[in-house]
Amino acid sequence: MTDKAVIVVHSGDLDKIYSAMIVANGALSMGMDASLFFTFWGLQCLKKNGFDKGPLSRMNLLGLGKWMVKSRMKKANVVSLERLMNDYKELGGKVIACEMTMEIMGIKPEQLNREWIDEYGAVGTYIMEAKDAKITLFI
Amino acid sequence: MTETNIDVRGQTCPVPLVECRKALKKAAPGDEIIILGTHPASKKEIPMACTAMGLEVMEIEENADKEWKIRIKR
Repeated sequence: MTDKAVIVVHSGDLDKIYSAMIVANGALSMGMDASLFFTFWGLQCLKKNGFDKGPLSRMNLLGLGKWMVKSRMKKANVVSLERLMNDYKELGGKVIACEMTMEIMGIKPEQLNREWIDEYGAVGTYIMEAKDAKITLFI
Repeated sequence: MTETNIDVRGQTCPVPLVECRKALKKAAPGDEIIILGTHPASKKEIPMACTAMGLEVMEIEENADKEWKIRIKR
């Protein structure tokens, strides 16, 4: 069986979503399988046009910090989150959306980027994904 | 056998690694991938990924401008 990385994406902070997407793409690139379980603020980012809308986890400074970091990322040629998600999907990465979060936050499936989502699930789905995984992270 | 060239010069983490994997996925056994880049960590990590996937790295070279070229056999 192929080794697998499973990441719970709980945060919607821009820097943390970047970490999750880079680690997930890295796992696929090294020949592993990967699953991302989006929940809470992370799930908010799966809303249409919401992927890079989160603040920075620190020094957001009402958006000024985020603007500065984004401009520095652009200078360093860091690719967009959208591009990272498209690469992730192309390499066979799996995306799971947390159904309970959708219920709590009143998110309808049609509000989400449904073309990215492979499965809608709850904690049992995460456990089944993670129990044989070599890498599990909570971001 | 086909040869695929990928140019990721100027690209940073994780693009060189991801583009390499994308090309390998599309390639048939026996095909060769030549990847050209400048990101220093990827010069180490692309061969690591190949080893992890049981693929052969045929050649790694770097010029004076710190541009590297890695040739992989699928």
